[in-house]
Amino acid sequence: MSEATKGNLLDISNLTVRFHGERTVHAINGLDLTLKPGEILTILGESGSGKSVTLKALLKLLPKKRSEISGAMHVDGVDVLALKGQALSAYRGKTVSMIFQEPALALDPVYTIGDQIAEAVMRHEKVSRKEALAVALDMLKRVRIPSAESRLKNYPHEMSGGMRQRAMIALALACKPDLLLADEPTTALDATVQIQVLLLLRELQREFGMGIIFVTHDIGVAVEISDRIAVMYAGNVVEEGTVAEIIKDPRHPYTQGLLAANLHDADRSQTLASIPGSPPPLDEKPDHCSFAPRCAHARDRCYAALPPVHRPGPGRRVACILEDASDPAEKPGAMAEIH
Amino acid sequence: MSDTSTTTLGRAEGRVAGHAAAEQAPARSKGYWSGVGSRLLRDPVAMLCAALLGLLLLAVIFAPYLPLADPFTGSMISRLKPLGTPGHLLGTDELGRDMLARLIYGGRLTLMLGLLPVIFAFVIGTGLGVVAGYVGGWLNTAIMRTVDVFFAFPSILLAIAISGALGAGIVNSLVSLTIVFVPPITRVAESVTASVRSLEYVDAARISGAHPLTVVRVHVLGNVMSPIFVYATSLTSVSMILAAGLSFLGLGVKPPEPEWGLMLNTLRTAIYINPVLAALPGAMIFLTSLCLNLLSDGLRSAMNIKD
Repeated sequence: MSEATKGNLLDISNLTVRFHGERTVHAINGLDLTLKPGEILTILGESGSGKSVTLKALLKLLPKKRSEISGAMHVDGVDVLALKGQALSAYRGKTVSMIFQEPALALDPVYTIGDQIAEAVMRHEKVSRKEALAVALDMLKRVRIPSAESRLKNYPHEMSGGMRQRAMIALALACKPDLLLADEPTTALDATVQIQVLLLLRELQREFGMGIIFVTHDIGVAVEISDRIAVMYAGNVVEEGTVAEIIKDPRHPYTQGLLAANLHDADRSQTLASIPGSPPPLDEKPDHCSFAPRCAHARDRCYAALPPVHRPGPGRRVACILEDASDPAEKPGAMAEIH
Repeated sequence: MSDTSTTTLGRAEGRVAGHAAAEQAPARSKGYWSGVGSRLLRDPVAMLCAALLGLLLLAVIFAPYLPLADPFTGSMISRLKPLGTPGHLLGTDELGRDMLARLIYGGRLTLMLGLLPVIFAFVIGTGLGVVAGYVGGWLNTAIMRTVDVFFAFPSILLAIAISGALGAGIVNSLVSLTIVFVPPITRVAESVTASVRSLEYVDAARISGAHPLTVVRVHVLGNVMSPIFVYATSLTSVSMILAAGLSFLGLGVKPPEPEWGLMLNTLRTAIYINPVLAALPGAMIFLTSLCLNLLSDGLRSAMNIKD
């Protein structure tokens, strides 16, 4: 494992998250994920597939009492699950930062943008308020907010949605994090602003060299922004690969279904393609393929055990038994992985 | 799909620069409180009430410097003189003491008993409520259920019971009224804190590495203060009325100390001889609490910023 870990910015192995309450929810089930420095990985999946829970687990934001987390998470070689106190404070904001879906909710309404950015900078860099405000101004310029000087003194409600998201990005990047988590940052924005924010994020990524995990349910957005895509379903990754691999050669029936359910080249006269059924309730720990009940290719074996994870190439994986048949060369290795 | 996306990208790249430049320069923004202030200034009712209260407050604070008669010296020959008597603009009470002086000096105690318990309760209640709302769990249960016990009694009954147990006196009235107002303020503080706690900017503050105490002090308190404050201002008039009620019952301020509630009680006997005189302290209580209520309403709408 240590060899694989080397050089990775982020390493999640066998992460399992369960929420206890009136009923137990198996939100994440044995998730493996890695990210190299400077790489943009998109986690693609529908609501309830565990995208946001993964991000929250990475920041240790899940409610302690009701959630049970096992597995391992390392960022820059630091064991995230063991962090607490001062180390956790330094990790949050300095090593890992996050931007949210709804910037109107993620910015504190009673403080100016400048104050909010300066607050974070002062906390981590131990500089004076004046210097922190200078950093805030510089960040607002970097996220291309026009007339940044006066925007510094604006309250969040005085800005437009796109402007607020830029301010949120400035806030998240103010302390130069190594890893940026983006939880559907473009979902609440309209299409033209959406593309601006995506372009900005990509540019800033090149400028700062950080790794980004981008969570979205929009394939179009995923294609625009990322180097690699991991498709999540029912708390685990079902397929992972580069953008080209996922788009041109989707192997998992779920990914194929997602790509088919696309509005862009739909014919007006035809019903839109969709995946029948709905995601499974996560009341029980999955003991077979979670997608099988909705899958056109499902067979008895799918219900017998968890699907094997095939790795046809570096950074490419598919969790489906169909791979057994389609790629006989892989079969022995794949079988070994199940046992 | 991938090639269509690259073309949109190229087109958008050009658009970004143009769009950003087209965004007009923002107006210089005012602070939150100056915004509240300017909205309050445009509310004539609230401003009238504020002016009346300000006048009363000034009179009460500078009472010793005003050309007033001594509120404690009576005269047996000029008892219960009607309004407009030369030398006694508002007449005299049942012991021949100048009513104007007594009303103004009485306002000192009455206003103090109206404001101080609310201020104390505001501090204590906000503390308890924010802790209960932010920490949650068993601490929330412990604090909120204890507070609920106090809701079993009507506030005036609770004030009488506590004052009765502690005995009459200004300090004891302050204590009993504070105890009466802590539960409702705690409850309001708890509910607004609970709703703020789950908002994303609190998470965002935690994510930026803020210490839990910093999160509470800066981001939670900053956002829950104004609703609690508005609620507390509406309690001021209640507090004043309760204080006057306690004095009326002999559980608050003791004679010969001038206090509106107490004056109402002692002048009660004169109601058949000079009813207008007997009604004066009551009118002061009524006017002051009305002004406080209307001002608090104005404050509420001035602070209510909807995005």
